[in-house]
Amino acid sequence: MTSIAFTINGKAATVDAEPDTPLLWAVREHLKLTGTKFGCGAGLCGACTVHVDGTAVRSCQTQLSDVQGRQVTTIEGLSPDGTHPLQKAWVAAQVPQCGYCQSGQIMQAASLLKENPKPSREEIVAHMDGNICRCGTYSQIIAAIESVARG
Amino acid sequence: MTEHIQTTAFSRRGFLIGSGSAAIAVAFGSSLGSASAAGAADIGAFVSIGADGIVTFICPASEMGQGTRTSLAVIFAEELDADWSKMRVAQAPADAKLYGNPKFNNQQSTVGSYSVTGYYAKLRLAGAQARKVLLLNAAEAWKVPVGELTTEPGMVVHAKSNRKIGYGELAKTATVPNPLPEVTKADLKPESQFRLIGKNIDRIDVPAKVTGTAEYAMDVQVPNMLYGSILYCDVQHEKPVQIDDTAAKQIKGVVKIVPLPVGVGVLAETVEAAFRAQEALKVTWTKTTPAQTYSNDGVLADYRTVAADWSKPGVDMVKKGDADAAVKGAAKVVTAEYFSEHLSHVCMEPLNATVHIQGDKVVVWAGNQAPGTQQLAAAAVAGVPPANVTVNTLLLGGGFGRRSDGDTVAHATMLAKAADGRPVKLIWTRNDDMMNDKFRPLTVQRLEIGLDAKGDVVGWRHRIVNESYLGRVLPPPVFQRIGMRDEVSGGGGDMNYAVANHRVDWVRAARGVDVGAWRGIAAGYTKFAIETIIDELAAGKGTDPLAYRLAMLKDDPRAQAVVKAVAEMARWNEKRQGRALGLAYSDSLHSHTAAVVEVSVDEKSGAITVHHVWAAVDAGLAVQPQNVEAQMRGAMVFGLGAALKEEVQIKDGVVQARNFDGYPVLRMSEIPPMDVKVISNDSEPTGVGEAGVPVIAPAIANAVAQLTGRRLRHLPMTPDRVKQALG
Repeated sequence: MTSIAFTINGKAATVDAEPDTPLLWAVREHLKLTGTKFGCGAGLCGACTVHVDGTAVRSCQTQLSDVQGRQVTTIEGLSPDGTHPLQKAWVAAQVPQCGYCQSGQIMQAASLLKENPKPSREEIVAHMDGNICRCGTYSQIIAAIESVARG
Repeated sequence: MTEHIQTTAFSRRGFLIGSGSAAIAVAFGSSLGSASAAGAADIGAFVSIGADGIVTFICPASEMGQGTRTSLAVIFAEELDADWSKMRVAQAPADAKLYGNPKFNNQQSTVGSYSVTGYYAKLRLAGAQARKVLLLNAAEAWKVPVGELTTEPGMVVHAKSNRKIGYGELAKTATVPNPLPEVTKADLKPESQFRLIGKNIDRIDVPAKVTGTAEYAMDVQVPNMLYGSILYCDVQHEKPVQIDDTAAKQIKGVVKIVPLPVGVGVLAETVEAAFRAQEALKVTWTKTTPAQTYSNDGVLADYRTVAADWSKPGVDMVKKGDADAAVKGAAKVVTAEYFSEHLSHVCMEPLNATVHIQGDKVVVWAGNQAPGTQQLAAAAVAGVPPANVTVNTLLLGGGFGRRSDGDTVAHATMLAKAADGRPVKLIWTRNDDMMNDKFRPLTVQRLEIGLDAKGDVVGWRHRIVNESYLGRVLPPPVFQRIGMRDEVSGGGGDMNYAVANHRVDWVRAARGVDVGAWRGIAAGYTKFAIETIIDELAAGKGTDPLAYRLAMLKDDPRAQAVVKAVAEMARWNEKRQGRALGLAYSDSLHSHTAAVVEVSVDEKSGAITVHHVWAAVDAGLAVQPQNVEAQMRGAMVFGLGAALKEEVQIKDGVVQARNFDGYPVLRMSEIPPMDVKVISNDSEPTGVGEAGVPVIAPAIANAVAQLTGRRLRHLPMTPDRVKQALG
């Protein structure tokens, strides 16, 4: 058991766990930030996507020790009040159905727009293709991202 | 609109107390026994109105993405004449008596796309009744005849004296008459006055789903809880024989290893310790179930033999006229066999449940489609009466039929029994979830269509062979009582096409692999058979498949309208270079759905590309048109995956795919453009959530036949199978 300190959503956090514990479980079950979802545990679905130092990563494939001293952002920290442009666009386009994958989808989309504020449709699809939505909301996700890109 | 979901489902009693004097609890029930109440006698408690004017609708159905918390709240709020901005939704407890679905045998099950269909009339009456209570209270307060009162959203109005009072204000002092005022259809609004039904209202669950605050069962945190994990045998239903838990016990945080009848359980202080311990267990298993010899190809071959042997009777699912004689006496018989492999649900939220045993009381938290089933499951395992089990139904991270079963809750309760009073949250890994799925059944169908000399259908015989869902989940006497007819596995053979002699029989197989309801249910494969042979019959007659269908649907103008609409959307008569169109129609869920797809085939690889999908749906009155469209899109993505890619292979009883790498669900890059037309009318609403699934596979197969002349009869239509068919 090790004490690992990092910043999450702008606040200092310490988790006592084995260093190879997936960041996903540290975030969800140790820190109780349950907006980040467990979907596959193998980096195949994207439901657990968070940002580490601004880059989208699969938290199920990121070890706790990897984030020591770094900045982790989860869906709860994307904006203080749920008004990130993507969150607003998600509501406007009524994207979610079951909603379980949507935290990951939004975090993945946010990392795209940060680097490329005006992505083409092809760039959106390429960037988002690792995020599965079993309800099949893909066309609404694309529409929501495009609406933000259009500004 | 912010969502306000109370995650603790309350008992009716608790709800009345919790509402206190500042709220009106409109209770419906046994006191309302009059037959003139149009079925209202069984209506349960659906609303709480706070002094602040907040109207909390108690939703009887489970929200799994289909939008039921919004649609049902809309229906209720319409008749209550509520101010939609003040509507909130809380989830009903397990109580079939109050919350059962009138069109689903009064079971509180969210299945078969039945929620809006089944609760529509009931919730309108319940809403009107609650409104009546408010009117009576206002009449009493103002000493005016109730007949002089009207409502506007959230207000009772007395126009004569120019007075208004908010529902919240009324609720403060309201008394609820007992018995409650009678309501009949005459108390309902005419549809022309609808403000909410038929309009596009933003979904009440959406805001929380974009901020990470929506609460799924996976997110439940109960103080002092342990984490549970279970190692299951690779072959379903085998039991542990020898357990070596030396290594597992040494993992930090592991509290206990628990031998269970279903596997070997782990209780741990952290989730990561629970999973590590599961991996560290070494267990030998019994080898007793019939599934030990179960492999898809062998089972499919056996089913083919059964399907062709008409001397072995099945259970009649449809019997109209004398199909046997008609086929026997036909000038020509068209025979075809259809195969469909197992499919997995793979809900994005792996199955999980939290259970807390407190003496002789049990509390369950689960995302589930059937709270009563969870209640029974937990009660049976814990050895308490079902009434002692409280079920909290949270949001479901996908259901698709999988969350109707009670197995996860039963297993979590087994672990909770060993937890010395501490709550236990059992989480399945994706591996656990996929190997323990209740798959869409592997199915063989055989169709024999008798034609007269002109090529017209005189007799239609359809046999379905597969494993039974209801036979597995219903107690044997109950299954016997319904004539051992399994509408879930063996249904979907009925059709609106005008065929005088029609027989569909279902032969139950029992090979030891659990099957379940999978979005679309039996229509997911029966429509593949029906709709592709319809095209074949049309071709045999030299008729265009569109014209052929319209002729076969001559007595059903709504069906015809949907088929015509989709043909127009797709510009059916326009030839496509190197591509072809395919059409399919479905009457499943009492709705009318039709789709046209445009495909091309890479003859070298056998890969099918779907370039475009057009669909039209008539599900009666569209309560939430925008959501109907969203459901259609989602269901069509589901249908595309099932048609082209998804399959579960089982070898010697062992499920091969254990994660998304082995079970490829469609990704964003694989989605074609989709156009959906929602046709709304004044018929009572029918099923939507699954309507988009069944039409996709046959439309694709029909398009491929149009393009290549080859008929595809095996789902999914993978490149290998297509190549084989192309020869």
